[in-house]
Amino acid sequence: MTLAIDIPATSARTERSGVIHFVVRLFREKPLGAAGGVIFVLFLLCGIFADVLAPYGMNQISPRNRLLAPSWAYPFGTDNLGRDMLSRCLYGAQISVIIAFAAASLATIVSIVIGILTGYLGGKIDLVTQRFVDAWMSFPDLIILLVVVSVLGPGLPQIIGTLGLLLGIAGSRIIRSAVVSVRENMYVHAAQSIGASTGRILWRHILPNIMPPIIVLFTTRIGTVILAESSLSFLGLGVPPPTPTWGGMLSGSGRTFMFQGPWLALAPGLCLTVVVYATNVFGDALRDLLDPRMRGSR
Amino acid sequence: MSDALPGPTLSDEPILRVEDLKVHFPITKGIVIQRKVATVKAVDGVSFTIRRGETLGLVGESGSGKSTTGLAVLRMLTPTAGRIVFEGQDIAPHRGAELLAVRRRMQMVYQDPYGSLNPRMTIRSIVGEPLAVHGLDGDKKATREKVAALIASVGLLPDMADRYPHEFSGGQRQRIGIARSLALEPSLLIADEPVSALDVSIQAQVINLFMDLQERLGLTYLFIAHDLAVVRHISTRIAVMYLGRIVEIADRDDLYRNPLHPYTEALMAAVPVADPEVEARRPRAVISGEVPSALRPPPGCSFHTRCPRAMAVCKTEQPFLRKISPERAVACHLHTS
Repeated sequence: MTLAIDIPATSARTERSGVIHFVVRLFREKPLGAAGGVIFVLFLLCGIFADVLAPYGMNQISPRNRLLAPSWAYPFGTDNLGRDMLSRCLYGAQISVIIAFAAASLATIVSIVIGILTGYLGGKIDLVTQRFVDAWMSFPDLIILLVVVSVLGPGLPQIIGTLGLLLGIAGSRIIRSAVVSVRENMYVHAAQSIGASTGRILWRHILPNIMPPIIVLFTTRIGTVILAESSLSFLGLGVPPPTPTWGGMLSGSGRTFMFQGPWLALAPGLCLTVVVYATNVFGDALRDLLDPRMRGSR
Repeated sequence: MSDALPGPTLSDEPILRVEDLKVHFPITKGIVIQRKVATVKAVDGVSFTIRRGETLGLVGESGSGKSTTGLAVLRMLTPTAGRIVFEGQDIAPHRGAELLAVRRRMQMVYQDPYGSLNPRMTIRSIVGEPLAVHGLDGDKKATREKVAALIASVGLLPDMADRYPHEFSGGQRQRIGIARSLALEPSLLIADEPVSALDVSIQAQVINLFMDLQERLGLTYLFIAHDLAVVRHISTRIAVMYLGRIVEIADRDDLYRNPLHPYTEALMAAVPVADPEVEARRPRAVISGEVPSALRPPPGCSFHTRCPRAMAVCKTEQPFLRKISPERAVACHLHTS
């Protein structure tokens, strides 16, 4: 046993304390990103618990209280039909959370599947797929969205599916480059030489080692999706009214009654701005800490 | 056949016989329609045998094809030509399930102790992975015990099994890599520069571990290295490679005492002597210049461009590896008669 006299392993850090350590690092090194993270979590909670938090129903009309300025009873004021803006913003957050998570998850999964297969298998498959991705990315996103919505009609599933596919294909580039660099590691070679199947290598060796870019991709996609959904709703091609969405509120009562009740535009506009900005800042901070290679990419 | 025990009848039968192995890499141009514009002859007609229980050291400069030879023997690369007879069967044309069966009998130890272990896996799953891949981990308790025994066999403590690679030093990581390669109880271990990334003090420990394991488990090694002191310590026989060919193969002591090929001679002379006075006075065969490109190897003997004793014939005729004695062969016109 004299062989065992190497330098003893010093740190006994487990995975769990690694997460805590990471959060501490986030707050210490990236205070702005951490603030973004806090707002992001609040946004999530608002969306999830909108039914509990909202003081009024989302379409509860109160004809006597139309176009009231913000007050204690109506912190965000009321709109032209006397609906409580705070409640509508909270329900708007709910829609945003649903779309953002569904579309960003779909996008990330699409990115992972395309990225891993083309990145790991390489060769002709990689070449052909990536040229297709190039062509796809050169198309303006909004045009594709408009075409899909005008063919299939507005609605939640269409928006989620289209946004997920759009962003997923574009994001596959980022996953692919991460896979290409991980693939060259000797532990992948070692797994191959043991006789491990391709599926096993992808699942046990490649995927766990590209988690940082995946997490970052997912976070940045959330912001993108919220903004894209609002654009669509603003154009009247998103989730159809009377379901409250931030984009819809901006274009509907917000624009029409901007001068009688500026809060009608300000409330959803600020929600949108703050949440998108927060997720972007949070995503950037995560990227800087988790995956310095991705700096400067989208 | 491949599961036959190393009995007395097999002891003289080489565990591995490589015959005229060639690994050529085409260089292509064009994206859609690919044209072959050149060929890199990384390994060009290599033959050697390894007997059960011995260590063949494979030495040479960077780019001499020694790692490619190792990868081809392991069948991580498909040979362009030649035979690789491992435990009685030619594995060069094997694919799929046949290859998987060979992978159980032949394992590799890597150079980089940092890159060769997946940072996201515990030592237990790293060492146990070969068992899982080959479906030998059915009994959870037995697997745990087996992994613990493997970890102990390379001089680490079994209770380190649930840690991650980043918690270990380079030497310890290399031990983990060795434990992984032993999991399937292979008969042949291909070690590709297994100690060159380690500190000198740790190198000695790992080399001793290799030798200790060989004695205990009856392993056979193909030991690829460029450090001649290390190779001398561990090898039974040594093959010297230059530009994709073996230029000399001999018993360790013969080779170090009396190198025949001018290239071997120069290599030996390049090993510093620990005594400064001897070091200052000893004669040295110095070779100048760079290794020629494997894309366009020189005609004749590929070493003639740098050989201090090159003759006219060396520029035109390629010398073949000729047996000088039963245990020794050299590819040099100086030793043809």
